[in-house]
Amino acid sequence: MGKVVVVTSGKGGVGKTTSTAALGAALAQRNEKVVVVDFDVGLRNLDLVMGAERRVVYDIVNVIQGDAKLPQALIRDKRLDNLFLLPASQTRDKDALTPEGVERVMADLKRYFDWVICDSPAGIERGATLAMRHADMAVVVTNPEVSSVRDSDRIIGLLDAKTMKAERGERIEKHLLLTRYDVNRAERGDMLKVEDVLEILSIPLIGIIPESSDVLRASNIGAPVTLADAKSAPAMAYFDAARRLAGEDLPITIPGEKRGIFGKIFGRKAA
Amino acid sequence: MTKVLTDSRSIRIKGRSFLAVVLSPDLPLDEWLIQLDDLAARSAGFFLGRPVVLDVSDLAIDRGQLKALIEDLAKRNVRVMGIEGARPSMLEAGMPPAMKGGRPAADFEVEEKDPEPASDLRNSAPDKPAVPEQRQVTQSIVIGEPIRSGQSVIFPEGDVTIVGSVASGSEVIAGGSVHIYGALRGRVMAGSVGNASARIFCRKLEAELIAIDGVYKMAEDMDPNLLGKAVQLWLEGDVIMAETLF
Ligand SMILES: Nc1ncnc2c1ncn2[C@@H]1O[C@H](COP(=O)(O)OP(=O)(O)O)[C@@H](O)[C@H]1O
Ligand SMILES: [Mg+2]
Repeated sequence: MGKVVVVTSGKGGVGKTTSTAALGAALAQRNEKVVVVDFDVGLRNLDLVMGAERRVVYDIVNVIQGDAKLPQALIRDKRLDNLFLLPASQTRDKDALTPEGVERVMADLKRYFDWVICDSPAGIERGATLAMRHADMAVVVTNPEVSSVRDSDRIIGLLDAKTMKAERGERIEKHLLLTRYDVNRAERGDMLKVEDVLEILSIPLIGIIPESSDVLRASNIGAPVTLADAKSAPAMAYFDAARRLAGEDLPITIPGEKRGIFGKIFGRKAA
Repeated sequence: MTKVLTDSRSIRIKGRSFLAVVLSPDLPLDEWLIQLDDLAARSAGFFLGRPVVLDVSDLAIDRGQLKALIEDLAKRNVRVMGIEGARPSMLEAGMPPAMKGGRPAADFEVEEKDPEPASDLRNSAPDKPAVPEQRQVTQSIVIGEPIRSGQSVIFPEGDVTIVGSVASGSEVIAGGSVHIYGALRGRVMAGSVGNASARIFCRKLEAELIAIDGVYKMAEDMDPNLLGKAVQLWLEGDVIMAETLF
């Protein structure tokens, strides 16, 4: 059985879709079978970031409504043959996703893939709760600013209350992915400090992705940054995050810093 | 170091929790209403005098249908005190207010002649075992994890201890004292059912609002010297006092 991961945040524009694609492609490069699933019905984006927008025939809504079989809707990546996309519908609204339909699709995907990575829509309403419902783990995408941190805190509360795992009395694994970390703004002190974000959210960190034009460049050519430019700083940070997601234990470095703070954070944790 | 946190004139606000019946209708509504009538026939007076909250999350109806539903319930003498899970577009002036943050409790026992379970009924109240009427011993609960934004902990019976932080946008309402082994960034109301001896303790004070026995203080009224410190707060008369710990 594969693992279901929801990439979620509460707030929009923080980097969920970018991260879904980048982590999916990074895991696929470890020779694991990966599907990325777009739950943002009505505002789909993942197909663009994956460079598959011209190949969408059927989508998740068609599968749920029985108009297409799951294999017909899955789009295989042109570069990695163990990476797939299940697109969202752009023409329906999120009410077209039914809880029973989502449950069936998730159960099927788990049987065929090692990783099922769900790109959540923004917000805390139906679309977001359906995307997290069947997750085994969550990647909480947060930018180092107050509003994003508070929304993430709200989402973590929902993950602990509204997921199947939580309802069964189990714990859903939650990981913090700090994205759009701007080295210059950090130096000027106009972003929340990494340690403050960690202190407020108190879930383990799996990576810090720098703000970088490499991300925009990758999305312009329709490729996850971990495929477009595997040597770029954001790609390397995503590769490391994917390894941590898969259970490896690696030290984390803050972009633009030698080591410093993190010795302190981990030191404190161990104490 | 003891500081006076308030001037002497204070408004009293108190938190109080009530057990409400939550009705979660299913589509089609006319069939659901028939089931409800059936239930009411079998357990006369079930809704009499009970606060009823209507849960419409995941229910695909619009404002007109919601209005009609409230009227249909009123015809059955079911008076709705609040609506949970409604999209803003479903609500209009004159409807019962939107509610959120309800937490499930044990199901109501429906006394009925027919043993068929009443599956459409849930109720909403603090998540805990029923508390006996006499309270000789002080009740307390310990919560081992942080309280997240949007969550609320309501425990009118006694003390609340939280091993973790209370986030901005969350709230803790206790009948007794509140102990927070972490940062207090949200709202805390201690002694909420009339207990002037209740106190609030926290490792790091960054609260949005604190209240003891209804006397309250907003963030901007707090002494800046206390912010970020480990602090205890208590009431002397109508004045909230505070001192740093350690
Ligand atoms: N690390 C980054 N550096 C620069 N731009 C980024 C980065 N991450 C995301 N972006 C940009 O931010 C915007 C929002 O990202 P997206 O992944 O669509 O967010 P979400 O899915 O959370 O709404 C996009 O234009 C994306 O290219
Ligand atoms: Mg997105």
